[in-house]
Amino acid sequence: MSAPALFTTPAEGFTSARFAQHLSQRGYLPAWWLETKKAAWNQFLALPLPSRTDETWRFSNLKGLDLDGYHVPEEPSQQIPHHTDFPQAAEIVFSNRQVVARSTISAELAAKGVIFAPLDEALRNHGDLVRQYYQKHPTNLGSEKFVALNTALSVAGGFLYVPADVEIALPLVIQHTLSGNNVSMFPHTIVVLGPRAKATLVEFFISGGAESERQFVSGVNDLHASEGAQLTYVGAQNWSRATLAFQTNSIAVERDARVLSLNLHLGGRQSRHESHSRLLGPGAHSEMLALTVASGEREFDQRTLQTHIAPHTTSNLLYKNALLDSAKTIFSGLIIVEPDAQQTDAYQKNRNLMLSDTAEAHSLPGLEIQANDVKCSHGSTSARIDAEQEFYLQARGIKPVEARRLLVSAFFEEVLNKLDDENLHAALTGLIASQFKR
Amino acid sequence: MPSLEIRDLFVALAATPDKPIVKGLTLTILTGEVHAIMGPNGTGKSTLSKAIAGHPDYVITSGDVLLDGKSILEMEPDQRARAGIFLAFQYPSEIPGVTIANFVRAAVQARLAEGEDLDATAYYKRLYSKMDLLKIDRKFTSRSVNEGFSGGEKKRCEILQMAMLEPTFALMDETDSGLDIDALRIVAEGVEAMRGDKLGVMLITHYQRLLDYIVPDFVHVMYDGRIVKSGDKTLALELEAKGYDWVKQELAAATTA
Repeated sequence: MSAPALFTTPAEGFTSARFAQHLSQRGYLPAWWLETKKAAWNQFLALPLPSRTDETWRFSNLKGLDLDGYHVPEEPSQQIPHHTDFPQAAEIVFSNRQVVARSTISAELAAKGVIFAPLDEALRNHGDLVRQYYQKHPTNLGSEKFVALNTALSVAGGFLYVPADVEIALPLVIQHTLSGNNVSMFPHTIVVLGPRAKATLVEFFISGGAESERQFVSGVNDLHASEGAQLTYVGAQNWSRATLAFQTNSIAVERDARVLSLNLHLGGRQSRHESHSRLLGPGAHSEMLALTVASGEREFDQRTLQTHIAPHTTSNLLYKNALLDSAKTIFSGLIIVEPDAQQTDAYQKNRNLMLSDTAEAHSLPGLEIQANDVKCSHGSTSARIDAEQEFYLQARGIKPVEARRLLVSAFFEEVLNKLDDENLHAALTGLIASQFKR
Repeated sequence: MPSLEIRDLFVALAATPDKPIVKGLTLTILTGEVHAIMGPNGTGKSTLSKAIAGHPDYVITSGDVLLDGKSILEMEPDQRARAGIFLAFQYPSEIPGVTIANFVRAAVQARLAEGEDLDATAYYKRLYSKMDLLKIDRKFTSRSVNEGFSGGEKKRCEILQMAMLEPTFALMDETDSGLDIDALRIVAEGVEAMRGDKLGVMLITHYQRLLDYIVPDFVHVMYDGRIVKSGDKTLALELEAKGYDWVKQELAAATTA
């Protein structure tokens, strides 16, 4: 497929007219932002769609990458699901890319210099700060065309800035909901923690309407943890059954900093997640976690990269997929240890729990070590659900779907237990449970 | 009166349906009764109890099992359990990551009407009282089901589940195996505490010693897939004294005659 084939109708789809309209509707645009957007639009046009020969798209359903007919909704939806019933420091709710509800951070945090705002507002008030971190470390794991589209068209998204030595105990929450048929969304969230700062950001990506609504999403995150900072990032998606979704995470970890990222994947027709950690200073650690409940005929495509740049850095990746029905998962992960990164300690593990004979799990773990004094391991396992355990639960009167939910929760517990926040743990458990109410 | 009726039952492994393990077994259990089923190893005792509970590894090739006059053979294992049948496993599964509290809670919740929420305070109060009775440390509620449990702990945990779920008929598969005398006494006391006109028990055991603590109303000897001799509690004592060979010889004599 070539790029021009995308543009069938001028009024809908990602056309240059659409891009021009997008720019004209923005109230204020810093010059650098405008230039960035224009360059990204040209890049989007220039880049081809992924093809069979792309190693980064191995096993992916390329026929599913159909960008025809989507439009960018101008009106917020009336439907705003609330999935954030837990204590939080502040929340921004986007519906069809517009802010429809918002609670602000405490005066105390604001006085300390904490910024938590929609990206639009942050560009207006803190443009230079945003610029400093905006796609500072771009990912290049295959979805560059879709990231470029995000940059060109993004409106929704948040900016969280926590200055040095400030700790925020409760999570900050961003909720993105998308409703309507053939609608699209391009959220971009940037998190910057100053030295020794500590914070948790939770992003929900939810389809608000019918399961049959056809939607397109390309989301991007830039996560930065400065020296000694501790960042927890949770992204949870429950898109409609007909959604095509891309999400890319860029994680930059400086000296002695620690980032824990956990992505929960539940919905979408075809959902691809790319995550790239860069360990930039000695003592940096990245904990990369993901949980997927793959049901129906959904495809979940996960591509990861752990780049160890500085010596004495550690990373630990654990991606767990529970596969039901005729779902498909792809995990492709790579650890790169650069020549200077001696005493690297890097792990990568993909574990698949098969609950169906017709589900399909692909695993492509990889290592590329250019230093000689390192500890690295990678592996993948796929195991069928234990029939004796299933029978045991059912013999106690527990319905089969509930028995499976319990066994999947048990399988996921190792990952969820890495979250300190019990309320957040419970919220994610609730979202996971919602997948087993059929 | 509630009844569990096993009629001329034939059971085989699903993988080998033409090789029956249980071969034409008939037995009726009423609530208020404890039936002990004794017999040598490999005679089909465990197969019988698993097949009644609906284990997917077994097929019932002929005969029927009726609960209060209605066949349960078309019911799924969970439906049979909710209808009042409880299987105390000989080898209970370990389920890492599922706590006892959540496991039992899910089982109790499954018995409530759709949309009805479990009263958590009342649930824990009841769970703890049953645990105390069975001398199970309350800390066990947060431990994974059977993971790292000793043989005695596993069996006590089975009885705990039975006490919480209050079945009409309990099929107890070698509940005494692997227990020392103290554990055996605790388990037996737990069962005795539940005994009464609301519960019928099928107690599968290899040995007489459990029957010192849970005195059965009926004793059946199972051999080669069917019940070959029935009697009262004295039959168990006779078996203990004479051994299973005595039954085998009697059976052989009867066949040739």
